[in-house]
Amino acid sequence: MTEQIALHHVTKRFTTKTLGTITAVNDFNLSVEEGECFSFLGPSGCGKTTTLRMIAGFEDLSEGSIDLCGRTVSDKTQNLYIPPENRGLGMVFQAFAVWPHMNIYENVAFPLEIKKIDRTQIKKRVTEALKHTSLSGMEEVYPDELSGGQQQRIALARAIVTNPKVMLLDEPLSNLDPKLRETMRFEIKELQKKFNFTIIFVTHDQSEAMAISDRMMVCDMGNIVQIDTPTNLYTKPINQFVHSFLGQSTFLHVVIENGRIYPKGAMNQEISLPLPEKYDKEMIIATRPNAIDINREKGFRSKVESRIFLTGSTEYLVRVGEQLLQVQTPHRIVFAPGEECYINIVEPMWYPEDKDDADEERQKRQLV
Amino acid sequence: MRRKVPSDLAALEGKSFDLDKAMTIVSFILLFVIVVIPVFMIIYNAFFYDGKFDLALFESVIVDKENISAMWHTVIIAFAVTVFGTIVGLFYAWLLGRSDIPCKGIMRALFVIPYMFPPFFGAMAWDMLFSARGGYVNEWLMTTFHLAAAPVDVNSIGGIIFVEVSYYFPFVFMQVVSALERMDPTLEESARIAGASQGTVIRRITIPLVTPAISAGALLILISSLAHFGVPSILGFSKNIYTLPTMIYAFISRSGGSFEGIRQGAALSILLVVVVAIALVMQKVILSHGSYDIIKGKSMRPTLIKLRGAKYPLLLLSIFTLVFIVIVPLVMIFLEAMVKAYGLPLIFANFTFDNYKSILTSQTTLDSIRNSMFLSITAGIICMFLGVMIAYVVNKIKPKGKEVLEILSVLPYSIPGTVLAIGVILSWSGTLGINLYNTLWIILVAYMARYLSFSMKSASAALQQVHPSLEEAARACGASHTEALKDITLPLIRPAMVSGFFLIFLPAMRELTTSVLLYGPYTRTLGVQIYSLRDAGMIPQASALASIAIGIIIICNAVVTWITKDRKGV
Amino acid sequence: MAKVVFSNITFHYGDKCILDNFSLTVEESQIMCLVGPSGCGKTTLVRCLLGFIKPETGEIWLGDKCLFSAEKGINVSPERRHIGVVFQDYAVWPHLSVWENVTYPLKKRKFSKEEIKAKAEHALKQVRMTGYEKHLPSQLSGGQQQRVAIARALVSSDDVIVLDEPITNLDAKLREEMLVEIRMIQKAVGTTILYITHDQEAALQLCDIMAIMNETGHLCQVGKDEEIILQPANRFVFEFIGISNFIPLVLKEGKVYFSIGEEVLYPEGSADIFRQHPKMELGIRPNNIVFDDRSPLKAKVKTIVFLGNEFDYFLTFGNKELRVQRNALDAIQHGKFQEGETVGLKFVEPKFYPAKEVAL
Repeated sequence: MTEQIALHHVTKRFTTKTLGTITAVNDFNLSVEEGECFSFLGPSGCGKTTTLRMIAGFEDLSEGSIDLCGRTVSDKTQNLYIPPENRGLGMVFQAFAVWPHMNIYENVAFPLEIKKIDRTQIKKRVTEALKHTSLSGMEEVYPDELSGGQQQRIALARAIVTNPKVMLLDEPLSNLDPKLRETMRFEIKELQKKFNFTIIFVTHDQSEAMAISDRMMVCDMGNIVQIDTPTNLYTKPINQFVHSFLGQSTFLHVVIENGRIYPKGAMNQEISLPLPEKYDKEMIIATRPNAIDINREKGFRSKVESRIFLTGSTEYLVRVGEQLLQVQTPHRIVFAPGEECYINIVEPMWYPEDKDDADEERQKRQLV
Repeated sequence: MRRKVPSDLAALEGKSFDLDKAMTIVSFILLFVIVVIPVFMIIYNAFFYDGKFDLALFESVIVDKENISAMWHTVIIAFAVTVFGTIVGLFYAWLLGRSDIPCKGIMRALFVIPYMFPPFFGAMAWDMLFSARGGYVNEWLMTTFHLAAAPVDVNSIGGIIFVEVSYYFPFVFMQVVSALERMDPTLEESARIAGASQGTVIRRITIPLVTPAISAGALLILISSLAHFGVPSILGFSKNIYTLPTMIYAFISRSGGSFEGIRQGAALSILLVVVVAIALVMQKVILSHGSYDIIKGKSMRPTLIKLRGAKYPLLLLSIFTLVFIVIVPLVMIFLEAMVKAYGLPLIFANFTFDNYKSILTSQTTLDSIRNSMFLSITAGIICMFLGVMIAYVVNKIKPKGKEVLEILSVLPYSIPGTVLAIGVILSWSGTLGINLYNTLWIILVAYMARYLSFSMKSASAALQQVHPSLEEAARACGASHTEALKDITLPLIRPAMVSGFFLIFLPAMRELTTSVLLYGPYTRTLGVQIYSLRDAGMIPQASALASIAIGIIIICNAVVTWITKDRKGV
Repeated sequence: MAKVVFSNITFHYGDKCILDNFSLTVEESQIMCLVGPSGCGKTTLVRCLLGFIKPETGEIWLGDKCLFSAEKGINVSPERRHIGVVFQDYAVWPHLSVWENVTYPLKKRKFSKEEIKAKAEHALKQVRMTGYEKHLPSQLSGGQQQRVAIARALVSSDDVIVLDEPITNLDAKLREEMLVEIRMIQKAVGTTILYITHDQEAALQLCDIMAIMNETGHLCQVGKDEEIILQPANRFVFEFIGISNFIPLVLKEGKVYFSIGEEVLYPEGSADIFRQHPKMELGIRPNNIVFDDRSPLKAKVKTIVFLGNEFDYFLTFGNKELRVQRNALDAIQHGKFQEGETVGLKFVEPKFYPAKEVAL
């Protein structure tokens, strides 16, 4: 499998009036294989959009270099910079960026016209692109008569019509309503299977990223935190941030004494779980609400504090000493508030107690 | 029998006074009196004589060779001004809105200046510099290069076009630069990804998308030029170059205000209105694309195009041109105001303050300043309130026939000031029982008709921002309909009302086109007085008064900026 | 705290009938959520209650006061109905400070200066906005503005407060917080609350009682969240809350079969299912379909999507596509299955409803 996209020590700094110099992207190194669907995931301000724009060529690098399809397109040390129009990419934007003064045919034909391809060829390729995006027969229609989903399809058709090897998708589904997001996600995946292009997908929505990606990169405050497949990121998150960013998390603070685990603030009840290889006196057990088994037979004895019905599941808050754990079950598992129960935590992750609070820094970066 | 007012806030039990209905009726009546009657009187008097349909006058007017030539001049000038003004405006809009040229702040500040001063000041100044008979620059060029005749003659069609372009190009600039700044940058970025170079992006994406803004600005230039009086009169009269507005003025002043002269003016007005109407229709057909929804949601920096090598040459060219067009006339006026007599070299020895002394002690001049202040303030306040009321009726009450209200309130904007003046003369000089001729009131009525659309548009825009649930929440809190208006709606549109006032006050202070036809011996406006002084050959005094006017305008602008900055808006 | 009674309210918008003899009672001190799809008529009902719209028939009572009666010709003007309201866009007045916003209703109802001060301070304390009196809305966050709107509604009425989609425009985290707050406030104050929304999650979290309206403006079910979830009254309620699968059934010679292109025997099915109607379907939630190799019911896995907390399986069961949701950790540990594989299915606690065409 060939390497399609490579970032070598890519760094980007911005100087702002209010916050001084911010390193939006700090020493990114990554490699994406041909045909992969690779997501950049993280909260606003983490650097994912800036990185995408550097790959597209809309931003220059502060340091490092970027290779696309075996060719270096940006290299700070050599002062090399190939402008966006010569990088041979396809791109889909969050707000669709479909040109309102052109009809669908003209929008999709535009990239081919620029390449000076002859008319009959253009017609053939545009018709095909429209077929693949369910827009056949709508050549004469103007975008402002269409819904968000259809406009996004126009953008997709326009992006694939040049048969690019690499497609950049910048939060393409964020402006669509939830049901439509799912449909479009399938359609994008289908297109990728058909045309075998490499996708870079930027999003802040973790379930979307996990659904569509072969591999993902989680970034936070300008740094890459973890790169792996969705399942690995979900089951073995490297730290508390990744754990709570992907999927729901529930944390239990524990104290380990004499090789025994006790919930913090409830030293009378031992938790029976295997100890991790390395541990401190104070640790955090991290698990998922739907990975806690709640039953009436055996486990750690506890009590249902409250219950909320959600549309797809029931959520219980279960008391463990002074802490409350979130437990999620299908509707058919029914406990009443105040009822006693037993819980079992299945294969949790262990993290050190966290001391610092990075949320303020994250908020600041959102504004830049 | 009480009629039900069709509105969501339904008419309910126990109401003896329906505020909504009252406002609607008053709006219709007011617009009828202010707008419909003058327009009707023009048409009637042009085509009817003694109660009978009579085309004789109209025919004689439109076959007259001088009138035809005036019409052609009007059209050619307006066309040229629109084309050149659009090009200049586009150039600067692109430069400031899309490139990385430095000193954008300075240039923006320079652009505001043409908005502040009436074009006829510029005409006066350029005339002093480049008149074929004694223009300062011409004299200097002739002496230095031993020329027999003046090389540049500003008293020509070309001169008129030049001066009008220099005052009207900001119309296009403002519209386009605003569209460029608010445009979603991804529209251009997606074109670059698709393989288009910078130039192609501009050509195929940027320009088509700002075409609605361009055509809006161009239309503004077109209508303004067609209706303009000051520049063609100052630069054209000496060479017998007439446009329709100046022709109408000539008719009326030559005939000494006789009814016959006014009737001829009315007939010519019809011609002018027809020309304007044709221009409007053509614009709709040729350029109108409606507006595109191109405003960006996320605030992102638009990609600035790097000028690289061209940066400093363009900067120099732009600043030089701006200074030439904008600063030079102003400086000229101040210099001339100090000169002992027109034509004397502009050296320190020839300077004096006597001109200022003489005009500031002249009763006519002081009267004219006082008149203009009175008219501007009164017109501003009245139009401010009327505009709000009509806007409220149109936007919130929405009675049957609201389109009529909208059209009537906006119509006078497209009617040339000259024509409006004639309509007002015909309506309120005794024929209908009220005689306001030669009083300030007739000018006030004309101003109200002319400027109502400004405040109505501004109030409309503000009202549309006031979400109905803001008023409804007040109702639910115990406020009656009237109280909700007073406590919630009015305070929220107050900033728009205030800027609506100044939108009227500032232009009205320096207005000439309409008042030049309506003034009487004691009712001169500031613009008229400056114009008259010049007409009488007292050029240094005219310049002195103009410089005072400039001072007043600058102070007023500063006050407006300070006030509107302070306001906490919606 | 007062009771709100709608009886036989009808309203047309042009030709379209929005509300058709609609009746509903909101008991004292209750939080009732009126839930339904967009355009079902819930906002219309609220506007009738507030007095901005006049219904064609029926009556509206607030406690012992008649606000509207078509027959008796009573229609109290909005400013005299004493109902607090929080609109979708909060409608906090931007030109007035927090204090001025909250004291406005009290001034209109002509309370004394001391009373105004006391009530306003109390309301601000309840929404935790004490100390913000001099702030302007533009200086507040979305959540804070909303709290001010709630405080203003609290002082507008001791009887009832209406919240019309008040949190739709907030981001997810803030929505969660506000729901908790609203509930806390109501518990402390005891005002009757009518909460209008299309967001079923919010309704489930917030309300004592839910009233479900369908798209034609009819009331389908009124009850506690437990009843709505575990015993939905009809197909609309079952379909509206959460995702659902439906499989047509057919009765042949006393045995129940799935009608999915071919007929497959449903062993656990009994003829009782068809008592309601001859054409019935089995309704089942995605996480009540369990994989069981021993089951005779087989389906083929078409697509698997990993959503983080769960895996979404799209299965073909005969000619029907079923959506199954499976806990992610469970799947990862006990075998994911691949696309193309055949799996055995078990339906846990299914519901039975008439087919969609006849459901209404």
